Amino acid sequence: MIKHVVDFFGDEEYARQRHRLFYLVLILIVAADFAVPREHVEYLWERLPGWSAVYGFGSCVLLIFVSKFLGHQGGLMRREDYYD
Amino acid sequence: MTDFVHPALIFILGALPIPFLSGTIRKAYLVVVPSLAILAVLTMQPGSYGSMEFIGQNLQIAKVDKLSIVFATVFTMMALIGTVYALHLREAGQHVAAFVYVGSALGVVFAGDYLTLYLFWEGMAFASAYLVFAQGGGQAIRAAFRYLMVHITGGLALLGGILLHGTATGSLLFGPIEGGMGAGTYLILAGFLLNAAVPPLNAWLTDAYPEATVTGAVFMSAFTTKTAVYVLARAFPGVELLVWLGTVMALYGVLYAVLENDCRRLLAYHIVSQVGYMVAGVGIGTELAVNGSTSHAFAHILYKALLFMGAGAVIYVTGRRKLTELGGLYKSMPITVALYMIGAFAISAFPFFSGFVSKSMVVAAAGQDHRALVMLALTMASSGTFLHTGLKLPYYMFYGTDRGLAAREPPGNMLVAMGMAAALCIAIGVFPGPLYALLPYPVAFEPYTGAHITESLGILMFTALGFVIFLRALDPENTISIDTDWFYRKGARYFMWLAERPLARYEKAVSGVSDTAVLPFLHGSARAGLRLDLGGVDGIVNGIARSILDGGGVLRRLQTGVVTHYALAMIAGLTAAIVVFAVVWR
Repeated sequence: MIKHVVDFFGDEEYARQRHRLFYLVLILIVAADFAVPREHVEYLWERLPGWSAVYGFGSCVLLIFVSKFLGHQGGLMRREDYYD
Repeated sequence: MTDFVHPALIFILGALPIPFLSGTIRKAYLVVVPSLAILAVLTMQPGSYGSMEFIGQNLQIAKVDKLSIVFATVFTMMALIGTVYALHLREAGQHVAAFVYVGSALGVVFAGDYLTLYLFWEGMAFASAYLVFAQGGGQAIRAAFRYLMVHITGGLALLGGILLHGTATGSLLFGPIEGGMGAGTYLILAGFLLNAAVPPLNAWLTDAYPEATVTGAVFMSAFTTKTAVYVLARAFPGVELLVWLGTVMALYGVLYAVLENDCRRLLAYHIVSQVGYMVAGVGIGTELAVNGSTSHAFAHILYKALLFMGAGAVIYVTGRRKLTELGGLYKSMPITVALYMIGAFAISAFPFFSGFVSKSMVVAAAGQDHRALVMLALTMASSGTFLHTGLKLPYYMFYGTDRGLAAREPPGNMLVAMGMAAALCIAIGVFPGPLYALLPYPVAFEPYTGAHITESLGILMFTALGFVIFLRALDPENTISIDTDWFYRKGARYFMWLAERPLARYEKAVSGVSDTAVLPFLHGSARAGLRLDLGGVDGIVNGIARSILDGGGVLRRLQTGVVTHYALAMIAGLTAAIVVFAVVWR
């Protein structure tokens, strides 16, 4: 069972199914976010359905590009023998 | 039955016989010791134990309350898991070091005074350093040496702080810092922050942990930083500085993790990030926040150990640690993949995994305390956590490009230990009740609301979308990243260069000047002084002495010894006195 699940995420033959499943999950999550009841919201963004999806995607992109920028342009990334 | 057996004693005394045992007996013994310690923690009663007087100070070896019991519970459980993971090791040294390390961590958790705390604090540093030294090879030994140096420096700051604080307050008892923050308290705080790996004092962790032995790193990931979280929660709850340090830390670890190529160093950066949540929670200081930090520490120890065990299993089997050299292992290590992913879901705070019920408490506490910025920053850090530990690391380690590595599942004991941790990660996520009951304050927090679940899933799965779209940008690169250890790795070299070149030249120039100019001048002035001494001063002294001698001779001639002379002198004196009286006073 475990092997099947692990293979499902790696084997080429399941690639189409993987993608479909992934996009289905994304749609379901956003749909559910519109449906759930929201009591005692304190902040503006907590009122907006789908906000977390936007924030999650935005955070991910921001983190990748800010750190790669710091690594390449900011000089944080060095050759492995830098300290030798 | 006594109320309290110190679990630190069980581990430290329990470590002594290990070198003399072998084979199955040793394995059984290694499992029995942590089990006994778990039993000791489960049966202990709150109270104070082992009070005594030492150099006029009241010491308390053990102070048991709810906060110390939570940490002791997870420490002893983790010790059992870590020991099972290391059961296949033949050499006794690592087992002994691990037990002393765990025992010292427990000693800190129960310490009722600063001296006891300090002793165990140093014990932790030395025992854990051995787990890096034991890896052998130049790279590990240099890293272990740096690790030890940094911790000794931190320990000195702590000791200095303890002495100043003790003199100022007159007590060495360990508890919430009252009154203002003085130099002593800041030094203590600095010592604690160093062990919590708060930037810029974080580099020792990401430098040394990936160099430790496969089994040693599992222990290290659990104890040092979480002991620091415990002492911060005990002494500095509600200190505003910690909120901001913690928030910065949560993002700092995540940003560095993007750049990292070494699988365990990537995980180490996520320790920094996760401990950031705990430090921020301690800084917020409300009951919900301290509960959040404590439960997050509990959950974190288990899932982080699980992740380190997973990465360790890959290193054990393949002998490789760089993501650029790994890939395609899922076919040969499916169980390891599955267990690792449970840890990854737990650290990412997926619903029904342990991180979900603990991390959300800290974020909710920030929200309740009207700290919108902290809340948003911590949420962003959770996105980064899933991005690296849940997506990037497993993708490049287990999937990705197949490097054709000959791999197999790791030894059974490793899988059992990973299974134990994985079971706990799920159990805590599904049934948070028992963990919440252990927390220092009563819990009125419900993690499983519809909005919270959809919000978390939204954050996480759309992070996954970002990962899928920008996968190529995340390809690991064969580099290392400069962190604050630069200052003592490169900086120390510049210091040595400064000492050897300009300073040495300056020293030479100064001694040259003294040889050519200063010394002759000094010789000359010494000779002049001698002449002055002989000719002038001595002459005056001799002259005075000679005149005193001459005066003495004159006086001696006056003393004739004849009574009539004396009587005559008296009469002359009397007459003179009368004349003076008559002439002057009239």
